[in-house]
Formats: sequence, C-alpha cells, structure tokens
Amino acid sequence: MNWAWLNRNTDQILSWLVQHFWLALLPTVLGLLLALPLGALAHRYRWSYATLITLAGLLYTIPSIALFVVLPAILGTRILDPLNVVVALTLYTLALLVRVVADALDSVPPLVVQSASAMGYRPLRSLITVQLPLAIPVIGAGLRVAAVSNVSLVSVAALLGIPQLGQLFTTGFQLNFYTPIIAGIVLCLLLAAVFDIAIQLIVRLSTPWQRVVRAR
Amino acid sequence: MINFQSVSKVFPDGTHAVEDLTIEIPTGKITVFVGPSGCGKTTSLRMINRMIEPTHGSVLIDGKDTTSIDAPTLRRGIGYVIQNAGLFPHRTVLDNVATVPVLQGQSKKEARAAAGDLLARVGLDSAMGNRYPAQLSGGQQQRVGVARALAADPPVMLMDEPFSAVDPVVRAQLQDEFIRLQDELGKTIVFVTHDIDEAIKLGDRIAVFAVGGRLAQFAAPAEVLSRPADDFVADFVGRDRGYRALSFVASGKLPLHQEPTLTLGDPVPTDAGSSAEGLTEGGGRWLLVVDGRGEPRGWLDCRRVPTDHPVTVEDLVLGGSLAGPDASLRTTLDAALSSPSGRGVAVDADLRVLGTVAAKDVLAAIEAARGDEPGEAPAVTPTGPEFWTKAEANP
Repeated sequence: MNWAWLNRNTDQILSWLVQHFWLALLPTVLGLLLALPLGALAHRYRWSYATLITLAGLLYTIPSIALFVVLPAILGTRILDPLNVVVALTLYTLALLVRVVADALDSVPPLVVQSASAMGYRPLRSLITVQLPLAIPVIGAGLRVAAVSNVSLVSVAALLGIPQLGQLFTTGFQLNFYTPIIAGIVLCLLLAAVFDIAIQLIVRLSTPWQRVVRAR
Repeated sequence: MINFQSVSKVFPDGTHAVEDLTIEIPTGKITVFVGPSGCGKTTSLRMINRMIEPTHGSVLIDGKDTTSIDAPTLRRGIGYVIQNAGLFPHRTVLDNVATVPVLQGQSKKEARAAAGDLLARVGLDSAMGNRYPAQLSGGQQQRVGVARALAADPPVMLMDEPFSAVDPVVRAQLQDEFIRLQDELGKTIVFVTHDIDEAIKLGDRIAVFAVGGRLAQFAAPAEVLSRPADDFVADFVGRDRGYRALSFVASGKLPLHQEPTLTLGDPVPTDAGSSAEGLTEGGGRWLLVVDGRGEPRGWLDCRRVPTDHPVTVEDLVLGGSLAGPDASLRTTLDAALSSPSGRGVAVDADLRVLGTVAAKDVLAAIEAARGDEPGEAPAVTPTGPEFWTKAEANP
C-alpha cells in the first residue's frame, strides 16, 4: 500500500465516495418506488404477473455497460451525465424488485386480507395500510440485494468516465498500481455494508410486531 | 331482519354452493347456520355482507336490498368475526379493535379510548391493549376478534366458525360468555358452525344445510332434535340426539340425597369405608371431598384411603360434571353418569354441595316428562335408515 499516494488524493477519493453513495442510493429508492405499484399490479392480476416478471427478467439481462452507452441516445443526455447511471440502475432495481414486491404481497396471509375486506376496507386502503406493512420484511430482504448490487454496478460507469469510486479501478489498471484498487474495493465494501445495515435497521424499526415475544 | 329471497350461488367452476335459499333471519336473535363442509353455510353467510355476490335472488337487510349499498359501506355496518380471529398482526390489540370506527372517520384517539372499554366487555385486561396479536393465546385473540366486530356497534353480526380453532375448554368458556354478551346486546347474529352441539347451545334458531346448498330445516334447536325434517337432518344431528334433546328440559324437582362430605386437609376417618356405606345408598366405596368453602373437589376412593396423611387433591379422583340450580336434565344426567360414584353432585349458585342425584331418578323424571307432554321432547321416534329394516330385507 502506498499511503503517501492515498494521503495526497484523500480529497479526490472522498468526493468520489460521496458521488458513489448518491449514484447507488438514488436508483435504489427510485427503483423501489416504481416497483411498489408495478409489483402490486402483478400481485393483483395474475395475467400481468407473468408479463411483468418476464419483462423484468429481460431487462435485467441487458449488460450494464451497453445500457450506459445506449441511454444517452434515448434520453438525449450527454454521455458523461450521471443521470444515465441513475436511470440505468433504477431500471435494474425495478427489474429486481417487481417480483420481490409481488411475492411479498402474495405472502401476506389471505385470512388477514379477507378480514380487512370484511371490515369494510376499500382495496387501495387495504393494500397500503394492511398488506404493504405486512410485506415489509420480504421487500426489505429483496431491497438489501438490490442496494448492494447497485453499489457494485455504479463502478462500471467509471469506464465512461463518470466520477465515482470506479475511477480508482481504472486509474489502478492504467498505472499498474494496486493501492487505488485496494482502496476502491474496501470503500465499496464499506458503502455496501452501510446500505445493508441501514435497510435492516429501517425494516426493524418499521415492524415492531415482528420482535415481540410470542405467547403460548 | 335479514331476508334471503330465492338466493342461489353457482361458482365459476360450476359448483352449486347455495340452491334457492329463502330464509327469514329474526332481529335480535342468534341464528345458526349448521351443516357438513360443502353445504354452503359460509357462502350464505358471506352473501349477507357481499363478500360473495349471489348468482340469483337477493339478500335484504331490514327490507333494503344489500346491492343498493356500496359494499365497503355495507360491511362497516355489519360486524364480522372470522375463523382464527383474522386479526391484523401488525397492529396492537387496541388498534385492531378500533379498526371499523377509524374507517368510519372517527379519530384514532377517540376510537382507541372506546376500544379500551370494549376489551373489558369481552373479558380482557386493559393491559392487553398495547400487545400485538402474536402475544395473545388463541382464546384471547378470539375475544379481540369479537371486540373488533362490536366496536362500531353494528346491529348485525356475522360469525364464521369463530370458536373452532381453540381447545374445547376455552371454547365452552367463550360460548358461555358469548351468550351472556348477547343477552346484554341483543344483536341480530348469524353464526356459522359445523358443530351441532355448538349450534344447539348457542342458537335461538338453527338452519341445517345439506350438501349442495339445500336448506334442510329451519327451526328452534329443540324442534330440530325432536322432529328432524328429513333423514339428512336426523343423520346429521346424530344418533344421540335423544340425549341432546334433554338440554331443553329443566330438571325441576329431583329427589336430592344427603351426601356425607370430607373437607380437604382433614384426616381421613379410619372407618371411612364403613361410615360412607352407612350413610349413602350407592355403596360405600366413594366419599365426596369438598374444600373449605364447601365446593366439591373430587371423590375419594375408600378402598385406597390414605392413612398416613390428611386428604389432599392428589388423593382424589377428579372429574364429574356438576348440576347447578338451573341444570337441564342433560346436565344432571351427565353429572350422575360422569361421577365415579354414580352419584351426580348438585350444587347451589355459589357451587356449594347441596346433595347428590342418582341416574335412576333422572331417568324417572324423563319418563315423567314424556307422560306429561306426549310427543314432545325428548322424543326417540326412529327416523332415518334403521338397521333392523335393512336386516329384514336381507335375511
């Protein structure tokens, strides 16, 4: 490890870290927000389930580097615009989470859904205030996978020159110099851990009923 | 009053769940829909609050066609207790109970305060209010289910096998409290069960459904037992319906026999066997043991009398039901039959021993009742396919 190099470039690395954080966070949140209604649709109507899941699967198989290159043409953005990364990763998150949300809603006990309907809940209110809260643990598990995979996918955008931790890898390869590569890996792992822990914490706090000691 | 007018339900797969059902469910009474599985009783129940829409015919509540009311609005005005309670696992007990008032636009604070009062009404401690359903026993969950259905004070309550998932002891307890609650509230209740004993115990009226959704009989419980409308009902009600029918005959004045008792903790008299023999008609083997308040605790077997220590609960043969002041002939006969001594223990309202009743005296009372009211319950007229007719046809 060349500590002197790291010391000299601390400011640059930190700004890449912050950029990387945002580029991973935004698509995770946006992807989740889009996946909720689409997943609910797939859960509600069986015919849409197969269609949506197949489309999502296809979307996920598009190589990320290809998507980064193609999106500017579709969106009319500049090739170096970070928006391309956000849109591409949002699509991947969405693809991953549509199925998660649909399956999470399917996992809510039918008796509870029926009981909500019998109490006089309208379908939308039942979805938002009864089914969705009960689906949180399963959705949270899927979201952890999506967030961690976003942290790693952001680095690929370094090939296009968008500033984030991926720059450490390209720099390292070009100079045949391992210090930035190791630093990049460590920081990516740390960032992924932060996302993972944060999501677990949010799930825990929003599902107090899961932590109670069971009677009987 | 709830009216089914020629209601039929055919499911998309072609199953005829309910066949041309016409029935008038009286206001302020418990009407029980009973029948084997697949008889359409639950389907019929769910057509009242439009969880299921009929294929033909209409359901009227107080003369108003239910389809003229928006389904969620209709449902908020009808209490519903589902199997296994169907509580919301992510909400506290209080919030579960407050569900319908909140849906109707009441503030959460107000609805929770009212929910707290309701908990006491269904026999739950107010400390339970902040627990989650998973922290309650099955019986407690069921009580919360009843409280939730009562929260908006609906005139009509639908109960779909509400007590089927709890053990028999808790079930009997819940049934008793349910009857007490209904005496106070006087709701129009439609109750679905597959258990004929539960139907007889709870129902003011019983609707017996046959497989295929045919209403086989709609009558008071005593009548269903004494005069089954057809072979199906007779068969469903069961071969011991004569015994069940005794539930509807008060014991009245039965000869009560003096019973010597021993108090827990007292030393067993050395001549226990012979002294009991001297005092009781049924033979000297069993001695009734009571506690300090005079409540019966069990029977002591005088052939295995503990001589080395005062009598304790461990020495007793437990069991034997008790006949209270308003006991029916069924309860009294059961008390006699279930007691190891063959003597049924009769108690007063405070559960203190009054004396014992012999099975033969109960049988005499049954004979006497038959003499007074010819043809009335308990009737044992054979109905349904009898074995001896088959034997004749096939010698």
